[in-house]
Amino acid sequence: MSTENIAAPRSPYLSHRKRNRFNIEKWGWIYMRVSGVLLVVLIFGHLFYNLIFPGKVSILDWAFVAGKLANPIWIVWDLLLLWLALIHGANGMRTLINDYAHGRFRTVLLWALGATTAVLLVMGTLVLTTFDPCLGDTDNAELIKICAAQ
Amino acid sequence: MTSQAAPPESPPASVPEPRKRRLPAGTLYRGREGMWSWVLHRITGTAIFFFLLVHILDTSLIRISPEAYDAVIGTYKTPIMGLGEVALVAAIGLHALNGLRIICIDMFSWGPKAQRVMFWVAIGLWIVLLIGFVPRHLMHVFGGE
Ligand code: HEM
Ligand code: HEM
Repeated sequence: MSTENIAAPRSPYLSHRKRNRFNIEKWGWIYMRVSGVLLVVLIFGHLFYNLIFPGKVSILDWAFVAGKLANPIWIVWDLLLLWLALIHGANGMRTLINDYAHGRFRTVLLWALGATTAVLLVMGTLVLTTFDPCLGDTDNAELIKICAAQ
Repeated sequence: MTSQAAPPESPPASVPEPRKRRLPAGTLYRGREGMWSWVLHRITGTAIFFFLLVHILDTSLIRISPEAYDAVIGTYKTPIMGLGEVALVAAIGLHALNGLRIICIDMFSWGPKAQRVMFWVAIGLWIVLLIGFVPRHLMHVFGGE
């Protein structure tokens, strides 16, 4: 390092950095808050429909899911839920790894987290977008009509 | 601070009473509600994350075969899993309500001052949520309704 590299006295902190640079930590912070608000609606809607009304844990089965996902609105709902919740959770876990793990262990964990998240995002998206509600038996009258028409 | 300056037996009237020891003013994350809500937020967030990993895998069975999916979702109906679902909903409820509290603290000028009140509001709403959910859910699990 030569003397020319030393900033002038009293120059503002980080002024030598390019301004308006994309700051990933800032956007992560904003993402946690925006996704959090949306997830309240998405998750409680999901839990209410599946566990309270019209669903309940004792009647959940493939036919119930097929009847639900025959409606594209629920496919979009689940896609939003999948992407927002998984990225929110993964970004939160990244914070915890950075807090508690050090050195090589941290690097390994961060890569494992990233890989798991990417695989599950792709797989979950494929499951929801290629699902065929006519694959199995159902006693849902509307579904039988839709599937017979195909 | 207080222990060092112990007042003599009968202090002159002018010496002020030693101040009671307390946390530095304006602390949000050290001690009491601020700290415990942070600990709970971390624990619940981590638990939900691991549930979500498994949950995306079990849901993917809908694409493979109805029989495979029904076999796995059947385990959700056992008593032990039923209690697990209560724990999961309790964790989500707490994380969500406290998450909204964090957002209010960051977004509004009155947020940091109201953080302690908002913590207890969140706990109150959480209890209401659980009263609404738990008895019904346990009836579905144990009554088989
Ligand atoms: C229900 C709606 C939710 C809301 C309102 C919410 C809100 C938040 C907020 C605001 C934060 C940021 C805390 C901070 O920066 O200090 C956060 C962190 C976190 N969230 Fe959520 N969240 C929700 C759902 C979820 C879900 C579904 C998961 C798991 C898949 C999750 C996992 C986490 C984790 C692991 C953290 C990091 C905790 C930490 O840094 O201490 N959250 N949440
Ligand atoms: C015990 C509580 C839960 C039950 C019984 C349950 C049940 C289900 C069912 C039956 C499905 C199939 C599709 C649908 O119904 O829309 C599903 C999908 C899904 N659930 Fe849940 N769920 C629960 C909790 C959660 C929570 C807490 C989250 C978020 C953190 C979540 C996120 C998802 C996602 C992202 C999908 C779509 C998965 C994919 O891409 O294939 N679920 N869930």
